[in-house]
Amino acid sequence: MTTTIQIEELVKVYRGGIRAVDGVSFAVEEEEIFGFLGPNGAGKSTTIKCVIGLLRPTSGRILIRGTDVRENPKLVKRMMGYASQETAIDDRLTGWQNLFLQGRFFHLSRKEIAERGEEVLRLCGLWERRNDSAGTYSGGMLKRLDITAALIHHPSVLFLDEPTLGLDVQTRKVIWEYIERLRTEQKMTIFLTTHYMEEADALCDRLAIIDRGRIRAIDRPGALKAQIGGDIITARLGAPAERLGALVTAITALPETVSVNPMEGDLHRIVARQRGDQLIPEVFALAAAHDVAVESIRLHRPSLDDVYLHFTGREIRDEQGSREEIGKTRMRQRRLRR
Amino acid sequence: MTQDGCGAPRGDSARLTHARRESPLRATAEFARKALVIAELEARKLRHDPTELFTRAIQPALWLLVFGQVFTHLRAIPTGDLRYLDFMAPGILAQSVLFISIFYGISIIWERDLGIVHKFLVTPTPREAIVLGKALSAGVRGLSQAVIVYALAAALGVKIDWSPLSLLGVVAIVALGAAVFSTFSLIIACLVKTRERFMGIGQVMTMPLFFASNAIYPIAIMPGWLRVIARANPLTYEVDALRALMLPGAASAYGLGLDVLVLIGVTALLILIAGRLYPKVAI
Repeated sequence: MTTTIQIEELVKVYRGGIRAVDGVSFAVEEEEIFGFLGPNGAGKSTTIKCVIGLLRPTSGRILIRGTDVRENPKLVKRMMGYASQETAIDDRLTGWQNLFLQGRFFHLSRKEIAERGEEVLRLCGLWERRNDSAGTYSGGMLKRLDITAALIHHPSVLFLDEPTLGLDVQTRKVIWEYIERLRTEQKMTIFLTTHYMEEADALCDRLAIIDRGRIRAIDRPGALKAQIGGDIITARLGAPAERLGALVTAITALPETVSVNPMEGDLHRIVARQRGDQLIPEVFALAAAHDVAVESIRLHRPSLDDVYLHFTGREIRDEQGSREEIGKTRMRQRRLRR
Repeated sequence: MTQDGCGAPRGDSARLTHARRESPLRATAEFARKALVIAELEARKLRHDPTELFTRAIQPALWLLVFGQVFTHLRAIPTGDLRYLDFMAPGILAQSVLFISIFYGISIIWERDLGIVHKFLVTPTPREAIVLGKALSAGVRGLSQAVIVYALAAALGVKIDWSPLSLLGVVAIVALGAAVFSTFSLIIACLVKTRERFMGIGQVMTMPLFFASNAIYPIAIMPGWLRVIARANPLTYEVDALRALMLPGAASAYGLGLDVLVLIGVTALLILIAGRLYPKVAI
């Protein structure tokens, strides 16, 4: 049985030598929701664009349902639906007109578009508003329409690039529910990219941690978190370097400690084997013994934040990006936060 | 929608009618149909705002009223039997269509920012169909401008040929002219990719195209080097055809047939180039 999406050693090098995607390999099973989790610039969008054909990969194989994209691009394109980071809806047309245009672009006849269009519009709850200008739609409606338009030609695989980027919290939950329904009711296989931890947690059956063009880990979210260990203690420790160094060594030596990593500021992150709550008193005792002040302390179960940090050594942060990107982000927010 | 064992697409293409091979005739018809759909939807986006109609009339009005009247009076430019104002009217018509068309390309940049271009690119539709559709809709836009200039010219007493054949001819030429320059504008947009650069280049392009043509003076009075440029300028052929069609008693300097051929040829060439370049704007 062939996997639905099979990517082998995908590489994309931009002019100037930037290796945006540096040997990425993964497989997505039938009706699975698979995600790429990583910050801006990690290579998520580039990967998706290579897979759906917007960019030509430098090397690597892309197989959709066993068919190599390069051998039969037309056939493969019809199997795939794509919704980009930007919400690609023309505000000057009605919802229906946007859908109609998409359908025409996929060689559907008017009758086919009429039938399928009604089906998908009812699915995403926009049937009643189909003849209203898309300029009057809210951000969530625009996104739903965008994702829905990607379904017009009956693809069985859906590619979503940052599906809830720029949306407010409630709307994001609505979109998540919609994506989940697409998987169960429409039997779709879904590949998405995101930099939102909660999204990866909520939606993905499996996910890949991607950083600087490479995959650092692939597994179910639960399994990834379990790999980290038990609880995570984040403590702010104030003291000059030598005393701190000695304290860190001492804490690391404790049987319950898995690792101690210094972070920004005076924060230190202590990974416990199992019982972080039992480790805390020991940390305090040691700190007192080494004359180091524990300014604050926090305990939590490992989250995808910790997973990301563990595999990449960095936190996902919303990096500023170029001026053009900032402008685009603002424009997107203005459109979607209506 | 069931899946057969060897991983063939589940119902995707089976339900839709692409399994059979497309004959060239059907493929052409499909191509044309797609272009028309785009043209239709683009046309719907035109806002028929009364103030816009007014502002679009100002430039041709100024040219005809001020420049036209002055030079008619001066008799400085030799236009044979024709009154100068009559001579320049088709030139001004072509000019105003040029001006609207040359800034058309900015819509592609806007669409790129919205992600709409990417959405089109992942479909099996050939890029040329998209470009053709846009060229057609630019033609429609050009026509609305033509109406304005005709009205102005008539109001100023220009002797116009109102016969249906001539009007039809003008419609066709205006549409072709708009197609040429809007596609040219699209190519520029695909190459420069940002709004600021596009606006800068757009300004720079319109003037040479307009002045190095027979729009407001006959080619005969140009210096040799300018004459060469004018002969290579599609606007010259557009104006020539418009002059022959619009004004009774004016004859085409190069032959109507040649004019049309040049315009169609240039349009086709530009559409092919634009089709090639269209994906570039998405990067």
